[in-house]
Amino acid sequence: MEKIFARLSWLSATTLLLVLLATLYVLYIQAKPAMNEFGWQFVLDPRWGVDVIVDETGNEVHGSHDEASDVDSGGVVRLDMGDDEDAIPMEDETATGQPELAEGDLDGEAIDEEIPMEDETATGQDELAGEAKTSNIRVVYGGLVPIVGTVLSTLIAMAFAVPLAMGIAVFLSEISIDGLKTPVGVAIELLAAIPSIIYGMWGLFFFGPLVAHVFGGSSVSLLVAGLVLGVMVIPFMAALSRDAINTTPNVLKESAYAVGATRFEVVKDIIFPYARTGILGSIIISLGRALGETMAVAFVIGGVYKLAEHITDPTISIPVALANNFAESSGLSLASLYYLAFILFVVSFVIIFTAKEFLLRRSKY
Amino acid sequence: MNLSQRRLLINRLFSIVSAGTAIVGLIFLGWIIVTLVMKGTEALSFRVFTTDLVNGGLRNLIWGQFVLSMLAAAIAVPLGMLAGIWLQEYGNHTRYAHFIRDLSDVMMSAPSIVIGTFVYAILVVPVQHTNGWAGIVALAILMLPIVVRTTDDMLGLIPRELREAGVALGIPKYRIILDIIIRAAKVGIMTGLLLAFARIVGETAPLLYTSGTSEFWPEGLTQTYPSLTVSIYNLATMPDAEMVKLAWTGALLLAVFVLTLNIVGRYVVRDRRKK
Repeated sequence: MEKIFARLSWLSATTLLLVLLATLYVLYIQAKPAMNEFGWQFVLDPRWGVDVIVDETGNEVHGSHDEASDVDSGGVVRLDMGDDEDAIPMEDETATGQPELAEGDLDGEAIDEEIPMEDETATGQDELAGEAKTSNIRVVYGGLVPIVGTVLSTLIAMAFAVPLAMGIAVFLSEISIDGLKTPVGVAIELLAAIPSIIYGMWGLFFFGPLVAHVFGGSSVSLLVAGLVLGVMVIPFMAALSRDAINTTPNVLKESAYAVGATRFEVVKDIIFPYARTGILGSIIISLGRALGETMAVAFVIGGVYKLAEHITDPTISIPVALANNFAESSGLSLASLYYLAFILFVVSFVIIFTAKEFLLRRSKY
Repeated sequence: MNLSQRRLLINRLFSIVSAGTAIVGLIFLGWIIVTLVMKGTEALSFRVFTTDLVNGGLRNLIWGQFVLSMLAAAIAVPLGMLAGIWLQEYGNHTRYAHFIRDLSDVMMSAPSIVIGTFVYAILVVPVQHTNGWAGIVALAILMLPIVVRTTDDMLGLIPRELREAGVALGIPKYRIILDIIIRAAKVGIMTGLLLAFARIVGETAPLLYTSGTSEFWPEGLTQTYPSLTVSIYNLATMPDAEMVKLAWTGALLLAVFVLTLNIVGRYVVRDRRKK
């Protein structure tokens, strides 16, 4: 019996390892077709679901499908193609195409211009096919847009949340009167427990329009996504940082006050240095959370595969790409999504693990 | 202005800024709560609890979410507790235990949507359609590391003397663990489990394409299973204003449930500390 119990518990502990390995393995296997197809350039390629013409060796022909049609149409802005991510002509393309795209999508202008354009695309394709006889079409998926979207929205969230969360943490542990500490602290802790989908809904219906009103642009955008993420991690980060700050021994603080330090000096010179690792840890864990957050962002980032020219433009992040496109994908696009999932998993794994190893070194009670 | 005045001024400014950020943060969070309550109560009626989504209620969704979370907990809790017991009682201070501990901490912050993609590949693709079991497994994977961490921490708080007393009585080790140590750590573990449960009840991302969601009363775990959170996501993005209202009601009910669990959990902790 004793042996069985010990074995069983050991097995359970090993399950954790197995689950983790299985996750990595399955993601890797599923992502393999995309990895073979696109290699490491995947992370630098801003195109998603774009047809390109390749020669028999599989190399892309210099002028891509899109470019060819662009030349043919004689500088007419290709509205519907712009949706599909363009490769090289990114700069001039988006500069002109994007504002019109936003309007066009809404009021249906795009449809008028779409019809003649598809003709041109067709002719362009014919001509090019005539030139390069052996060429064929290949669909390219690149991960740059979701990766950049993820990184930027997380950075915006951190830039917004860190000062506020630190302010709350310091306020709760040092400045507030005793009567306020408990209720405000409990409120913060409870808010950290609210499901993220509620933050997303709030962002979509209330916060997004406000941000669009103040900063201009769309009510679903990179900025809104970043700020909603920030609001979401504030209570979490504040609660963890407050706990870290509270570990500072009173003796240290009292000594500083005794030699005439002001409260600011105590916080700056005693508490922050003492609680540094704990505070950094809380920031990194919040960062990990923001990085992988889906629901708070899915409502407000817009979900278009397009690099955000301005901070108020809609774009997409890895979790949102997974949430929106996963179910209806198959073949190479599914593999590409798995590739993105793999990247996200590994990155967040590395961030948290490094933080644990070098920073937190969880102390034994 | 002399030095001491400057220092006092800086201190004053610092206090104001800090209190200001706290107020700004609280305003944001208060704003969320207020909108949630105001929008959520608009469509709240008795009908919500008595009809399924297809008839404009939330009954099947609430039940579905509850069943998914309960069964996920039924998998994750024994497994996680055993793992936590091993970490603390058997493998403690070994390299492997440290490794597993770190892994479990890392898994706790793994992106939940990625867990969804993993479960999709192993449990949804083979049967070609979303099903309740896939959702349960996804939630269980999310819950497991939290349970491990909780059990591990709570057992770590139990004084060594209790274990030694058990050994001195000649009790086999598994009996010491089950009858003495677990019992002593019961309150803390219960709290942790409640909070872990509260955490997975509100999860959406891992359910999106594992359990999916449906408008009807569930027909069994091998079929697409109704999920409140996934339906909130779908309803909130619909153009129909009534559907959006229903989504807010669902969100309010979800938040109330999660917060109640949290309050109960934390209340228990405080009672225990008073003793």
